[in-house]
Amino acid sequence: MSDATDLNVEDAPEGQDIIQTLPLDAWHRARGGRMVPFAGYEMPVQYEGIMAEHLWTRESAGLFDVSHMGQVVFTGDNGLAPVIAALEKVLPGDIAGLGDRKNRYSLLLNEEGGILDDLMVTKRTLDGAEELYMVVNGATKYDDIAYLLDFIPDDATLNLLDEQALLALQGPKAVDALSRIVPGVEALVFMTAADFSWNDVPLWISRSGYTGEDGYEISIPAEHAAAFADLLCEQAEVKPIGLGARDSLRLEAGLPLYGHDLDPETTPVMADLGFALAKKRREAADFLGAERILAERENGPAVKRVGLTVAGRQPVREGASVVAEDGSVIGRVTSGGFAPSMGAPIAMAYVPTELATPGTVLKLLQRGKTHDATVTAMPFVPHRYVRSGAK
Amino acid sequence: MSRYFTEDHEWIDVDGDVATVGISDYAQGALGDIVFVDVPEEGRALSKGDEAAVVESVKAASDVYAPVSGTVVEGNAQLSDEPGLVNTDPEGEGWFFKITLSDASELDGLMDETAYAAFVAKL
Repeated sequence: MSDATDLNVEDAPEGQDIIQTLPLDAWHRARGGRMVPFAGYEMPVQYEGIMAEHLWTRESAGLFDVSHMGQVVFTGDNGLAPVIAALEKVLPGDIAGLGDRKNRYSLLLNEEGGILDDLMVTKRTLDGAEELYMVVNGATKYDDIAYLLDFIPDDATLNLLDEQALLALQGPKAVDALSRIVPGVEALVFMTAADFSWNDVPLWISRSGYTGEDGYEISIPAEHAAAFADLLCEQAEVKPIGLGARDSLRLEAGLPLYGHDLDPETTPVMADLGFALAKKRREAADFLGAERILAERENGPAVKRVGLTVAGRQPVREGASVVAEDGSVIGRVTSGGFAPSMGAPIAMAYVPTELATPGTVLKLLQRGKTHDATVTAMPFVPHRYVRSGAK
Repeated sequence: MSRYFTEDHEWIDVDGDVATVGISDYAQGALGDIVFVDVPEEGRALSKGDEAAVVESVKAASDVYAPVSGTVVEGNAQLSDEPGLVNTDPEGEGWFFKITLSDASELDGLMDETAYAAFVAKL
């Protein structure tokens, strides 16, 4: 027996051979986490098993260590406005119009309008100073920082918070477990954030995540992360969840994964992330690649990201081809696997826009075998975000 | 009946000139939740080392090789509906296929249960 394909765990950036360890490394090992290299870190791919962890998160609450991700703070000696103006050159979202303690999903663009990363940005005032807090992908964080430093003004400071751990608590019971430890988090709604404290430890918590479920992301000083994770896992609703289930959860939620479903050759319109192009910014057309991106938005892109449900039981994974009747390759699968909540294989692929309508039947080719697949509106599993009203 | 193991984590039970093949408990544990198994059809001729079956877990697809040469006499049809049998009973109900033995001497290079346990302990 040997691996024909592998979980996408070889994402360490080129030239970054040193595998780092997370603040919770020993914590994961003590809880039976099976550690694998991912994004330049040793990370837990699973504890008790991907299927059980996935289903537990959908029905209760799962704790994910996402401390490999880059937490970045921007400040400006002359206020935040010049920093935001500079960042809006590479982000097509309305950052200037972002309310205090509101999160926004955005995309880091290159000159051609291709996606260098996807990220979350939040405006906040801590200790009287206004700043932007950004969370970027782990595998891209050092490249992102180098790129961003070229754009921000001289009077701006970019600070990588590498002494902060980042935990995600996801699932319908996340609110019950977290509000017991940190009262007040229940008042947050989806895509808002605030500062809290736990035993005098400062926490920055947003109601957000990447599983399609309600939940929170918690930034905490690394030296306190293990004690906090212990306390969370003492709550009956919470179990630790590995990367494997994180991947299947986000796939069911229709959320793209950078380096797989998004890359520098892909634009926001191709990726079907048009919601990240703010109206005000489209009208100003003042971000990198705006001409191309707006033309694609107007006329349709050549190819588009779609969701696929795959016939039968066999997973069709990243790297498989979308083929026409005559066998020619017309698209590619960028993520795929077995969806535990659906009991069936699903995938994301890039296909010609004329084949991107839900209901279209396509053929996929993987290791010499053809599979039927149907274009399906995403998310595959409905999002359950809490958008208004405290519980 | 004697049971042998390969370094690729297949097991083979030999009963006369027919052998039953599956993957070891160690292998199912390493793969995790198994969601799909493709077993060879009856009548397929296999040489030792050929790709005989495919097993897919949530995270990966793996090939299962023929530990010996011969002709497939039966694939485990139950696995298409219940691939999880490979997790729950890998060395019993979760068998993959039965094959005739065309060259019994091919068994000589395989490990017995004790040798395989020692092999796995070093991984």
